[in-house]
Amino acid sequence: MSLSDATYSSSRSEGRLLSWLLLPVALIALGPVVRLLLEGVGFGSGLTGAHLAEVLSADSTHRALLHSLVTAAGGTLLSVLIGGSFAFLVALTNVRARGALVFCLMVPMMIPPQITALAWMQVTGPSSVLLKMLGLAPPLGSPQPLHSAGGIILLLGIQHASIVFLTLRAGLRQIPADLVEAARMSGARGLRVWAQIVMPLTLPALGAGAAMAFVTALGNFGIPAMLGIPARYSTLPTLIYQRLVGFGPSVLSEVAVLALLIGTVAIAGVLLARWLLARKSYGLVGLSGQPLSISLGRARLPIEIALWTFIAAILALPLMALLFTSLIPAYGVPLTWANMTLEAWTEALLRQPMTRRAYVNSLGLALGASAILMAVCLPLAWLIARRPSRATRAIDALVDLPYALPGVVLSIACILAFLDLPFTDLTLYGTIWIILLAYLARFLVVMLRPVQASVGQLDPSMEEAASAAGARLGRRLRTIVLPLAAPAAAAGAILVFLTAVNELTVSALLWASGTETLGVVIFNLEDSGETVMASALAMSIVLLIVCLMAGVQLLARRLPKGVVPWQS
Amino acid sequence: MAELIYSGLTKQFDGAARPALDGIDARIESGEFVALLGPSGCGKTTLLRLTAGFEEPTHGEIRMGATQVAGPGRFVPPEDRGVGIVFQSYALWPHMTVAGNVSYPLEVRGLPRAERARRVDEALALTGLTEFADRAPAQLSGGQRQRVALARCLVAEPRAVLLDEPLANLDLALRASMQDNFTAFHRRTGATMLYVTHDQGEALALATRVAVMEGGRIRQFAAPEVLYSEPVDCFVAGFVGDGAVVSARAAGPLGPGGLEVETMGLRLTARGRAALPTHLCIRPEDVRLTDEGGLRARVRGCTYQGGRFRVALDTGGEDLVAFSRTRLNVGAQVGLRIDRPWAFREPGMPALAVQETAHV
Repeated sequence: MSLSDATYSSSRSEGRLLSWLLLPVALIALGPVVRLLLEGVGFGSGLTGAHLAEVLSADSTHRALLHSLVTAAGGTLLSVLIGGSFAFLVALTNVRARGALVFCLMVPMMIPPQITALAWMQVTGPSSVLLKMLGLAPPLGSPQPLHSAGGIILLLGIQHASIVFLTLRAGLRQIPADLVEAARMSGARGLRVWAQIVMPLTLPALGAGAAMAFVTALGNFGIPAMLGIPARYSTLPTLIYQRLVGFGPSVLSEVAVLALLIGTVAIAGVLLARWLLARKSYGLVGLSGQPLSISLGRARLPIEIALWTFIAAILALPLMALLFTSLIPAYGVPLTWANMTLEAWTEALLRQPMTRRAYVNSLGLALGASAILMAVCLPLAWLIARRPSRATRAIDALVDLPYALPGVVLSIACILAFLDLPFTDLTLYGTIWIILLAYLARFLVVMLRPVQASVGQLDPSMEEAASAAGARLGRRLRTIVLPLAAPAAAAGAILVFLTAVNELTVSALLWASGTETLGVVIFNLEDSGETVMASALAMSIVLLIVCLMAGVQLLARRLPKGVVPWQS
Repeated sequence: MAELIYSGLTKQFDGAARPALDGIDARIESGEFVALLGPSGCGKTTLLRLTAGFEEPTHGEIRMGATQVAGPGRFVPPEDRGVGIVFQSYALWPHMTVAGNVSYPLEVRGLPRAERARRVDEALALTGLTEFADRAPAQLSGGQRQRVALARCLVAEPRAVLLDEPLANLDLALRASMQDNFTAFHRRTGATMLYVTHDQGEALALATRVAVMEGGRIRQFAAPEVLYSEPVDCFVAGFVGDGAVVSARAAGPLGPGGLEVETMGLRLTARGRAALPTHLCIRPEDVRLTDEGGLRARVRGCTYQGGRFRVALDTGGEDLVAFSRTRLNVGAQVGLRIDRPWAFREPGMPALAVQETAHV
């Protein structure tokens, strides 16, 4: 390569110019995490070894860590049971209406966890409108059964079942049908095939799915906040939240230690999942042309009924309870045809300045994040695919980090990074910009992966043909790459939008008066006893989310495989 | 149109043990139709991609007419080279119509709308695609897509047209008719064309000259009939055309009509230009099945090829190929005569004197 440094053409220097994009991406996506790590090793404000030891040896830390591990492990177990059963039944057998089943199983994951918690709280407890209508409500004054470790575990398990489901189904799809056919030729049937052939082959995928569900459950803030805080049952994320809300940025170095602690546990889980998934890839060489489809025979109808009943229980029941609560005139009153009112809806959506502001903030943040990420990810994906270098490979490997880390960890990292902007007296803490930056860091990978899949599938000769036709890099990106990657970018943008609107964990620590997000407002409304209005607001968000998901579903046919998370 | 000149062109990919191209020197005249022929991995596609500007050479230079497009300290990117390229995958842009694909190079050049429309119509008419102008590429057959790619490449009046295995994805019948298309097209436009293929039938049928490549080098660059009748080494002799390559040595001095050689225990007259040849290239046409011949052989196989049989023969040591009008039984003994085969010297092989009795 002796001569390549000499005179460079304009197109090569355009490519080089584009490489500068990597710098802001690295700064925003990875800067805060790096800053948090530096805090851990004693950089910056006065964190010393003594401080570290003090926080790590505190009773409250131990208790919260234990609670985090217990609820995450219990939730994971439940997720494996639910997601695993669904995956085996949907991917391996001939049950009907699989698409609808999968879509319904995915909805709980897309609904914000604090809404899930709020909805379930309307199913149980003495004030449940649903139970009152059925005459089953426990007497007033009896405790809300979900305000307990068991309640947290139940909801975490339901919320993250789809993670296990998706990973396991992807693994099951890779099993060539002829492996099962060979087992049947050898005389094995039914459960024996499942236990001796299918199960061992999918164990790594199941393990990986469980590890991912564990990491997600560990970082979940909405459910333990709604159910745990009233019962004085703290997990690490809620402990961090309570400290920071109670004492402000003065306890920053203390909560940084907690954030590092939970981050370490989460990273261990992510690495375990990756290791398990990497193991999976060997051994399964075969013709995977025919997917497995085991006939259930006469058991099909009962199994289908069971699956749909279960969906009704985990999805329709809580949402119905939420809807009923949103329609009553005051909390505690049973719902009748006579007193049904949209008062709470109009109050929440039209009159309350806080909720309207939250809608504006959340939608604005979600729109802003999707638009910026769309503009960044197209050239970024192109760089990673077409101009690979050490820098692009590093970015490619590390952008998962802000998304995989629990939201509280990223929030603390962002506060540390943006509290005092270098070289200025400015701070972003308390402004909407810190939330936007945190969203950009966290959701970069949500946008990047679909666009990457799409750009990766593009035949490089498409661009070479344009190049030979005289088009320079900018024009090629605009006229060839952009239109062809547009469906994936659109899907990515909707996913970012969905996740950002859902989001509570990051904004719970970053919001200030005036910059509330929807997640924060629901949480605060419920916290201050405005359950009916919280329900109405939550219900409106659920409707919005289901519409957006349906939009992605309609796009699905035009997208490369793997872009829509609930399809494959 | 311009000639293409390569001097000392070398391409070493990062991490590869051998260079993909190893000191290519060649000159392609303006308006010539040249085929690059060779097995996969021989460097033919790399040479095409270097010509287009998709890759940069490690050493050496490429000139198009008077301009150096790649060389020490200079690299003209593909968009400024003014070459057209037709890819094996056609690389049609699926989000544009046929007319949109064809007009893209003109849009990029900023031509006025009326001029653009006129030239697109012209190119579509030339390739017989006028009625498909508003179709999407996905709605076309393989042959039609091929023609769109060709129209798109020609509309910009390139200085050279590069074709990367353009017929590899078409079925046999379509290939034949597309070959006729290319020849007619070359005649009409007079474009300099560089055609990469691993199919020797295609190369020999289409090109005015063929460069046979192997291991990153050009082994022989000559007209198709010369490649067939006068190969320079064992690789070209074996790769192009049917027949056999057997070892031989000179048994007489080189004259204007050739020389006496000794092979398979008999002496015969061969054509040639090397005083000390090491091998003979014996085409099936050079072998006559006759009982008067000095050589006996056993029939190893006999396949019908339409109008004649191809006979594989074993002379006890060397395998030969002959044509026969009648079917011969496998295992039968036949006599044969070898008529003026081509004698050449394999580079790097020692040639032995004639009087020695030991085999080479």
